[in-house]
Amino acid sequence: MRDNTTNNTLLALGGVGALIGIGLLFTFERPPIETVQGGFRGTSMGQVYNPRTVNRLAAVNQVPPAPEPADPGGERARDVFQNVQVLGHLSVEQFNRIMQVMTEWIYPRENIADGCNGCHVPGNFAAEDIYTKHVARRMLQMTMALNSTWQVHTQEVGVTCWTCHRGQAVPAYVWSQQPVSSNGGGFATGPGEQNRPGRQVGLASLPNDPFTPYLWRAEEIRMQGRDQHPRPNSRQSIQQTEWNYALMMHMSTALGVNCTFCHNSRAFSSWEESPPQRLTAWHGIRMVRDINNTYIEPLRERFPPHRLGPLGDTLKVNCATCHQGVYQPMFGAPMIRDYPELLPPPEQRRAEAPAPGWVAGPRLP
Amino acid sequence: MAVLTFEKKYRVRGGTLFGGDLFDFWVGPFYVGFFGVTTLFFSVVGTALIIIAAAQGDTFNIWRINIAPPDLSYGLALAPMREGGYWQVITICALGAFISWALRQMEIARKLGMGLHIPFAYLTAVFAFFTLNVIRPVLMGAWGHGFPYGIFSHLDWVSNVGYQYLHFHYNPAHMIAVSLFFATTFALSLHASLVLSAINPKKGLPVATAEAENTFYRDLIGYSIGTLGIHRLGLFLALSAGIWSAICIVISGPFWTRGWPEWWNWWLQIPIWRGL
Ligand code: HEC
Ligand code: HEC
Ligand code: HEC
Ligand code: HEC
Repeated sequence: MRDNTTNNTLLALGGVGALIGIGLLFTFERPPIETVQGGFRGTSMGQVYNPRTVNRLAAVNQVPPAPEPADPGGERARDVFQNVQVLGHLSVEQFNRIMQVMTEWIYPRENIADGCNGCHVPGNFAAEDIYTKHVARRMLQMTMALNSTWQVHTQEVGVTCWTCHRGQAVPAYVWSQQPVSSNGGGFATGPGEQNRPGRQVGLASLPNDPFTPYLWRAEEIRMQGRDQHPRPNSRQSIQQTEWNYALMMHMSTALGVNCTFCHNSRAFSSWEESPPQRLTAWHGIRMVRDINNTYIEPLRERFPPHRLGPLGDTLKVNCATCHQGVYQPMFGAPMIRDYPELLPPPEQRRAEAPAPGWVAGPRLP
Repeated sequence: MAVLTFEKKYRVRGGTLFGGDLFDFWVGPFYVGFFGVTTLFFSVVGTALIIIAAAQGDTFNIWRINIAPPDLSYGLALAPMREGGYWQVITICALGAFISWALRQMEIARKLGMGLHIPFAYLTAVFAFFTLNVIRPVLMGAWGHGFPYGIFSHLDWVSNVGYQYLHFHYNPAHMIAVSLFFATTFALSLHASLVLSAINPKKGLPVATAEAENTFYRDLIGYSIGTLGIHRLGLFLALSAGIWSAICIVISGPFWTRGWPEWWNWWLQIPIWRGL
């Protein structure tokens, strides 16, 4: 037999429950949604998009209008200027054009340290007294490598400074090593800050830094066994799968795709059953290691402290640096077509094998 | 099956939902009824279509036979038979058979003057199927989002759907459904062991009563839900498990397109601990 107080308590509880329930409804999305089939019908491989999110992404992933193409004929830059080490093969007109767009892509603001002054000592374009000029030169060489050696990944879309920088001196999506969290991480935090949700791993409770082992060092990513029994000293452990999963979460969220973009999940390890995008991604992983080891990390000494991470390493590249939530940077707009200045000089354009240095990567302290 | 002596008393005509006394008779122990006939019709046609579709596929390996829904490009339209049409007609037959079966349960219950608990329980499972292959595809705009009919193929489908949301264990409704499935087996094992321990004693020992059963749990945990209550609880847990399973799949896609771990962002953003 229920008295009035019990009834009232029940009513109040029900009311609170209903309120929480209604509040939670706002945490979801709603139809209509858009889907793209990825595999044979009925396999449920493919992408699921919220068109409203895609519109928002499309609005911020725009290619800036390209200036008039420059005349490639006429005097070479190396013959006109004093201190040109990378762009000497360009015509003077092309040289000036690329200086102009680099300014708009990286130091577009009006203040005294921006514009040409972002990379030049005022009054002396040939001087080397500002670190950004040296950095920009390496960035130019890197971008040329990305558009030639790494064309297996970048293909016809290509890469420009804009792909990463988007009007900012430091790209929006970079990573560096992070100190173990100051408040101890809590009793449930495992190795690699596991169980602390990290944005870089899609807010999952997975190891928080899959980048150091996989995109800086070259640790083996694959860990599924080929035979029934794990071998001694093999990398096959539950913990290893968590690190792998963390990287896969990063790659998926960086590209705004799900696992079936690159895998048929019935057999993650099988290349035969994987969509071709997985191969592009495989090259992408090697490419990012090359970017970080050959180009960015060696600049560590050049950067002022405020351009480095809290542990003193550089701000490095991962899949999000270029992709920014989209399966192809800027939805696949072939930006490189408008900037032939960022291709290597014709005599170097043949795809070279990547320098051997990056393969193993540096050992960290 | 033994025909009980009092059987005659219950073999009464009437109480049908449809068609008066059409097919209102028994064959051996089975009640036929109008919906017995429709069940039979849909299952025979559906099974025949499965066999025909399988024969036109590339394997007779029972594990690998796969009758897949149409490409997404067909949207909610009908597809040619060999390109998903079989799947569509088989889905209709399956639903026809399932619903007929529930209606037949209803008629039998009515004849016997019983409640409709059994058909409603059964319809909960049918509802899960209906959610998977009708409601969710309609909300997502294509029949191609249904699961294929095949042993391996439907498992592959389940796996891929899970990884379309990166980490399905973070799906809140999936969490609730899984907990309810565990709770169901837990309640069932508590109940079954209790009943056996009371009314199935060793030869020669007396059967214990419901009082003993109640006292056992009162002594153990201070409370016994009672003989009727345990069945209410059991049915509630079991049906809730099915309903939350249906919810967990219908929200994946129509109401959430990203990784499930990301959904929990609202929790991380609660001001009490946001800064930590
Ligand atoms: C993002 C960095 C950056 C910005 C911004 C930039 N430059 Fe440069 N500039 C360089 C680099 C790097 C070189 C050297 C190129 C090489 O070694 O091939 C250079 C070289 C030059 C030179 C050749 C100097 C010489 O005699 O050796 C001129 C002239 C020049 N820049 C003009 C400009 C002008 C004008 C602007 C502004 C519109 C500008 N730059 C903005 C990076 C930049
Ligand atoms: C693959 C991504 C990527 C591309 C492409 C790229 N950069 Fe960068 N760049 C970076 C990252 C990451 C940093 C930050 C490194 C740090 O601060 O430790 C950076 C830093 C710089 C800086 C130093 C900024 C400062 O104020 O400290 C300059 C200058 C620069 N880039 C120029 C360029 C130019 C010019 C191009 C095109 C030729 C280019 N970058 C292309 C990733 C890229
Ligand atoms: C952008 C493409 C891409 C996406 C998206 C992707 N993967 Fe991967 N995955 C790869 C590549 C490439 C490899 C192999 C890496 C290597 O060998 O260097 C791989 C390897 C794996 C492996 C190891 C297989 C083995 O042989 O040991 C597993 C498991 C895996 N991925 C799971 C996932 C999961 C789970 C997701 C979704 C959260 C996912 N992947 C999303 C590209 C992707
Ligand atoms: C330097 C910039 C850059 C970085 C960093 C980068 N990508 Fe890409 N990626 C591109 C460009 C440009 C394309 C477009 C090429 C094309 O036409 O497919 C692309 C395409 C892809 C594709 C093919 C998409 C499709 O529609 O076929 C995959 C998969 C991919 N990237 C995965 C990755 C992964 C995984 C990483 C990190 C390990 C990564 N990318 C890092 C520039 C980049």
